Amino acid sequence: MSGLLAGTGALTRFALRRDRVLIPVYLVVLVALVVSTAVQSEGLYATPGDRADYARSIEGNPGAIALVGPAYAVDTVGGDVAWQWGGFGAVTTALISMWIVGRHTRSGEQEGRSELLRAAPVGRLAPLTAAVVVAVAVNVVLAVALGVALVAQGLETGGSFALAVSLAGVGIVFTGVAAVAAQVSQTTSGLYGLVGATVGASYLVRGVGDVGDGTLSWLSPIGWGQSMRPFAAERWWVVALMLGAAAALGAVAYRLAAARDEGAGAIAPRPGPPGAGPLLARPVGLSLRLTRGALTGWAAGLLLSGVMLGAIAQDARDILGDSEEVRELLARAGGSIVDQYLAISLLSLAQLAAAYAIQVLLRMRSEESSGRLEVLASTALDRRRWAAGYLAVAAAGTVVVVGACGLGAGVADAIVAGDASRVPLLVGSAVALVPAVWVMGGLTMALVGLVPRAAPAAWGALAGFYLLAALGPLLSLPAWVMDVSPYEHLPLLPGHDVEVVPLVVLTAVAAALAAVGVAALRRRDLQTT
Amino acid sequence: MLAAMAAIEVTGLIKAFGRFRALDGLDLTVEAGEVHGFLGPNGSGKSTTIRVLLGLLRKSGGEARLLGGDPWTDAVALHRRLAYVPGEVNLWPSLTGGEAIDLLGRLRGGIDPARRAALLDRFELDPTKRARTYSKGNRQKVALVAALAADVELLILDEPTSGLDPLMETVFQACIREARGEGRTVLLSSHILAEVEALCDRVTIIRAGRTVESGSLAELRHLTRTTVEVETAAPIHGLDAVHGVHDLKLDGTHATFDVDADALDGVLRHLTGFGVRALRSMPPTLEEMFLRHYGEELSEAERAA
Repeated sequence: MSGLLAGTGALTRFALRRDRVLIPVYLVVLVALVVSTAVQSEGLYATPGDRADYARSIEGNPGAIALVGPAYAVDTVGGDVAWQWGGFGAVTTALISMWIVGRHTRSGEQEGRSELLRAAPVGRLAPLTAAVVVAVAVNVVLAVALGVALVAQGLETGGSFALAVSLAGVGIVFTGVAAVAAQVSQTTSGLYGLVGATVGASYLVRGVGDVGDGTLSWLSPIGWGQSMRPFAAERWWVVALMLGAAAALGAVAYRLAAARDEGAGAIAPRPGPPGAGPLLARPVGLSLRLTRGALTGWAAGLLLSGVMLGAIAQDARDILGDSEEVRELLARAGGSIVDQYLAISLLSLAQLAAAYAIQVLLRMRSEESSGRLEVLASTALDRRRWAAGYLAVAAAGTVVVVGACGLGAGVADAIVAGDASRVPLLVGSAVALVPAVWVMGGLTMALVGLVPRAAPAAWGALAGFYLLAALGPLLSLPAWVMDVSPYEHLPLLPGHDVEVVPLVVLTAVAAALAAVGVAALRRRDLQTT
Repeated sequence: MLAAMAAIEVTGLIKAFGRFRALDGLDLTVEAGEVHGFLGPNGSGKSTTIRVLLGLLRKSGGEARLLGGDPWTDAVALHRRLAYVPGEVNLWPSLTGGEAIDLLGRLRGGIDPARRAALLDRFELDPTKRARTYSKGNRQKVALVAALAADVELLILDEPTSGLDPLMETVFQACIREARGEGRTVLLSSHILAEVEALCDRVTIIRAGRTVESGSLAELRHLTRTTVEVETAAPIHGLDAVHGVHDLKLDGTHATFDVDADALDGVLRHLTGFGVRALRSMPPTLEEMFLRHYGEELSEAERAA
């Protein structure tokens, strides 16, 4: 057996070295987000009366419970944080664990790197073991760091660590799921698909279970995490269930890994079409084909987020509470409280939707650096036309993705409010936000054209504008600083009149940035490295 | 008029990346209708030259003409008339080989289905497999089929057979001969000297971004030494004093030596005095010429070791 594990230590150190930036960033961001929820929760509901109203509104709202999780002790800060993060946090740890396992197992195998390693005195099970060790270690560090951070924030020790351990536990279960998927699927994208589908199904099953009597939730690892009930008479024995399941999955993965060939999987790739269909007749067809996964993923994700917003919108007053800050915030926004809540939420989702546009447009860079653009550019394809294909897909895709968010919110809100006119209203409100997202796309195109190697800075701009929107008012930044963000110029819809001028100006800025990028792309050398 | 024009005409080409000059006054002329070998050690600037010719990189100085046009400003129009195979073929992992061939064919302005089918057959390529499952050789075949199926005047091939097995190498050589038969021009950058020797009318040898030699194989041979093996009736003497003889190995009536091309006549005159019984003259292979050009540094390094 020891021969099968030879080299595990070296591979583990190597994996940690490869991830030495991303893993710490992930841990810091997740801990910071959870802690900031605690800070917010403390600030928003100043009086016990506010808290009680808030708790009642959630406990009595099946939509909110289905979408977020079962509500235990939501009238406490800790309980509120646990409610808000028990499900989402578990999805996060599950996906990160999947990514770590995929990256250090199937990905290396698919690209032939692990062949080189395995030809050295490295055991058959060493790559899998190293990946699992890293993923489990990341979850354990998260459990400790998050627990300590929440205690430092003044929350009760037992509940703090129960929440942290529940998130880490779900991450460890999905480490096991990913380890099995890495043996079953022959490709990394197949692995992500299998695990992603399992995460999605787990979330859905617990949603249905939580609204019912809760039995069904026991079929879902995410449901297990939430059933630890942090800050509400914690059930620590659930940890044993999660670790047991992870161990069982690990055992299955090891059996499969020990028996299979290098590079092989249980699911063989199916043969594809022997020739290209009509979609691939134009450059825009190729860009759509190469980025359609991003389109469907983002559209589905934002549709669901929209549903979640819409489902609880009519209870906005209770959810937001009645603190000084909220009143001030809403006074600035104007309109009914439900509409203001929707407008602000849609705006923050539109900021997120820029990630879709950036992802699509940065695909141009990976096409260039991989050398695939070189072959395309050696045909009668003008680089500008090639870029126009990506711009068209990103521009139209943004409308679809943001529109899906509005549609989800509209349908859910219309059902709760019993008013069908909410659907077109919210779809329209969402689509009105698109020009700001286009500006982010234009900026990405300009970066790709002008400073290709620094193009990922577009992600920095996304994060920067997000932080600006969140922190600007707190730091009382001057107006001209705030005005740098395209999102500052959007009308708050629904609840306000549509102002056409800013939308036209934003669209023009986006077009100008894109034009600069395309012109620069035509003028520069292709950079393959 | 058109036929007389060179397909590729490069003079004094310079390409600088920051301070580094990848091309430093390179010359390359490829006549229409010929198969031209483009040789040089790794990093000598072959791929950079090709990228400038394809308008992927912008020249820093010198002249470059391709099919009578400017490779940078007329890129799209020129690309309708040529096909390119890179040395390292990267394909879209989610597309099948067949889809990639059609995509490239359509972007070049159409692909002949009969020709495509025939080439798939000859190269024994399964077009239904996703590119991520192809081996290096099979990815290379995808690019070759796409290029060879295109109805173009010029083929630019950058080490197109790295990764192909000897059987497929033969198929490739047959395809290039057919292309020449159809009047196409081929620029073939290659490390496989036997392939260049078998296919090329003329070759250009470059080093450190400059052209060191250019001409037909016969012309290049004149510049180098021929190996001669001779057997005579009487013991040979005095051969080491004859002008142009190198590396002489003498064993009574049997001698092996290298001789400069222009000294061959004098050497034969000297040998007839001993009654030649058998004579074998071996012109230098391209490999020997190549090694002679680049071997100096190599042998110095070996001596030092």
